[in-house]
Amino acid sequence: MSGIRDRVAIVGVGCTKFGELWEKDQDDLLVEAAHEALEDAGLTPEDVDALWVSNFFNFTGQSGGTAVEPLALFGKPATRVENYCASGMDAFRNACFAVASGVYDVVLVCGVEKILDQGARGLPQESYHPVFQGASAPGLFALAASRAFHEWGWTKEDLARVAVKNHKNGAAHPKAHFRRPITLDEALSAPMIAWPLGRYDCCAVSDGAAALVITRPEVALDTRHKDDYVLVKANALAVYSVQPFYLGSYNWLGFPATRAAARMAYEEAGIRDPRREISLAEVHDCFTSTELFNIGDLGLVEDPKDAPRFVADGLADIEGEVAINPSGGLKCFGHPIGATGCRMLYEVTKQLQGRADGYQVRDPRYGLAHNLGGPGAVASVTILARRD
Amino acid sequence: MKAGILSYGVYVPFYRLARAEMGKAWGIPALPGERAVANRDEDSLTMAVEAGLEALVGTDPASVDALFFCSTTAPYLEKQCASIAALALDLRPEVYTADFTGTTRAATVALRAALDAVESGSARRVLVLAADTRPGEPQTAWEQLVGDAAAAVLVDAQAPVAVLSLASVVSEVVGPWRRPQDRYVRSFEPKLETEYGYVRSTVQACRAALEKAGLGPAKVARAALYSPDLRGAAEVARQLGLDRSQVQDPLLLTVGNAGAAHALLVLAGALEEAKEGDRLLLADYGDGADALVLQVREPLPRPEGRRTLGQYLASKRDLPGYGAFASLRNLAGRPEPRVHSSPVTYWRDVAVELRWHGARCLACGVVQYPIPRVCRECGTRDRFQEVKLSRRGTVFTFTLDHLYANEYLDTPIPRAVVDLEGGGRAFLEMTDCDPQEVRWGMAVETTFRRLHEGAEFHNYYWRARPIRA
Repeated sequence: MSGIRDRVAIVGVGCTKFGELWEKDQDDLLVEAAHEALEDAGLTPEDVDALWVSNFFNFTGQSGGTAVEPLALFGKPATRVENYCASGMDAFRNACFAVASGVYDVVLVCGVEKILDQGARGLPQESYHPVFQGASAPGLFALAASRAFHEWGWTKEDLARVAVKNHKNGAAHPKAHFRRPITLDEALSAPMIAWPLGRYDCCAVSDGAAALVITRPEVALDTRHKDDYVLVKANALAVYSVQPFYLGSYNWLGFPATRAAARMAYEEAGIRDPRREISLAEVHDCFTSTELFNIGDLGLVEDPKDAPRFVADGLADIEGEVAINPSGGLKCFGHPIGATGCRMLYEVTKQLQGRADGYQVRDPRYGLAHNLGGPGAVASVTILARRD
Repeated sequence: MKAGILSYGVYVPFYRLARAEMGKAWGIPALPGERAVANRDEDSLTMAVEAGLEALVGTDPASVDALFFCSTTAPYLEKQCASIAALALDLRPEVYTADFTGTTRAATVALRAALDAVESGSARRVLVLAADTRPGEPQTAWEQLVGDAAAAVLVDAQAPVAVLSLASVVSEVVGPWRRPQDRYVRSFEPKLETEYGYVRSTVQACRAALEKAGLGPAKVARAALYSPDLRGAAEVARQLGLDRSQVQDPLLLTVGNAGAAHALLVLAGALEEAKEGDRLLLADYGDGADALVLQVREPLPRPEGRRTLGQYLASKRDLPGYGAFASLRNLAGRPEPRVHSSPVTYWRDVAVELRWHGARCLACGVVQYPIPRVCRECGTRDRFQEVKLSRRGTVFTFTLDHLYANEYLDTPIPRAVVDLEGGGRAFLEMTDCDPQEVRWGMAVETTFRRLHEGAEFHNYYWRARPIRA
């Protein structure tokens, strides 16, 4: 297997403001993000050879038309991708293959979600089975958090510190859903959503869109970012059980899909000591407990039960050892399902290019993006670095 | 008669409401005592299944040839309930099923049919389930008087409890009644209904049965009498010449009038206290009366794990007030949560849903639930033995989920990953517990419940509850 390393370049990124965007529809968001990415690359919509679009809860039909219609790119090849909350990064992965294979020169990857159109109480029910209906998204992730409370002694304070850090980061980001720092007490006294997860342990339910323009490195030399395009060092996807609650062998301490994807990605990127080599990581903090699990699953701490220490010691801060979610993460930046994976890549790209004004990580080398979906079932890990 | 009663089971829901609370809430006089209250996920069918499970403790369910379900509050107007209970009780597909409805006397009507079936040889063993959740109109004594409960008896040709005689009378007194369009039980003139309906026909039937058995009232160890209200049974006993000590506790101060389940529930109490040789009088009423004289020929088997009526009465939690009762009964008329479902899927997966079957992989030995095609542990395809899962297990992990069907619930749903005894892991909602009680390692057992009304049918499944003492 020759892999994807150094064969794909990100030459343009775009992202809308995330939030409860009542006055905008899905098409508004997609057009804004896609055109921003194309302008960033110095390209026009006509330059796009093919599109991949990620969207999970679609209220307007499920096809490549999700992107072609609003962009009026009729006749172009377009594919809609869904893979739970990792849909965005999986659209990117499929687009990378298309570029690396040489079939297309310029591919537009975009992700969009207009979740608030269904109301503001969590996510729509997914299961149609009469009795095997799982739980709410917080409920499912809480099953893992609960086990860590029991097995590892994690506490509500451990979770709250993640929320405080991510709110602090997000407050500095103009496009974040929430732009307000919070205190530990505020996080701890919030109403419960799914014990042990309170309101401040849960990410925002947001509308938003993000987009990327990718090409091969030799084509990137003809774009606006010829000197600072960003290279894909690795991209790996792993899918574990979507019904882990029936697996007798699963211990609920972290997510095997993340561990598998990270292992593959580190190997492809040649990363041996992620804690020393990775400068920043946009990880899937759908819940504060999930961020702590991610820190362990991504190998940023030796023993995964010590992840809370890593955060408490400031090692996950923007000035820390590995800046975790300098954007504010899903927690604070927001989580429009289909857009999130693309938003993470937008964020890491900007950091690597030194364009993260106000929340810039100093001299980043490798940037990691980690997208997780379902009850820890689908994980995608991408590693990016600026061209030499 | 060869046919008799081999075993029995009862079920009284966990929650009770002091009648004083009901009187206080409406500003009306309160009857003494308390009543049993079905949880919001219970109905007559789920409670009947619970009583049936108790009756079958220590008995192979495959030995049951016929199953009768009796209730005035069957959850379906059209669609049999015994057929659902047969699956939940994991009976054979060839079992003969029937529902007996429309009268509070349904259980003894079915019991007679069961005895006849066994006597005639058309069935060797028949399980009779009875349950009721009679709707009493709010702000009336009816609401206080009725209670929710279930009872079951297993009829067999070789049984420790013999039937010495039986007698029936019919009596056409209009009342109580409930038409399809009536939300609550109707009554026109309680005096007529009790005096000329209940008392007169019950006494007639009892006298006839005692006469057939050649017994005077003094020979009756205990009389298990249906009683529509707090005084009825005492009046029947007086007219029959029975001493107060011969009357089995009619459970009106602890359970309430349990409709079609009532007579069998009181009988269960009598059987628990009976000595070898005791003769018992059982009487049931509803548009006429049935009476049976029974004799305990040998001690009833008391298999380990079967709860007695006394245990069910003691295992309870008091509702904090009428508001909690009104919420369980949805007296505010809130719309049902909108949940997806499909009768097609429900039908296809009935073995794992209702029979509570899993599968053991013949290659690696791991018991799995639901039943996969490819072993989730070793990857072997289609080499499974379908197995009955245990009802007991321990909580591996849990959450208290406030989100359901796009609503925020003030009281969360406890959801637990449960490791079952003997293998298999299930993911169940917990019920009959204060969410704050749930802990890792907690011992739980499955209980048959109505989950939701997705696709506008009753979606039944199992939930977990802390093991009832």
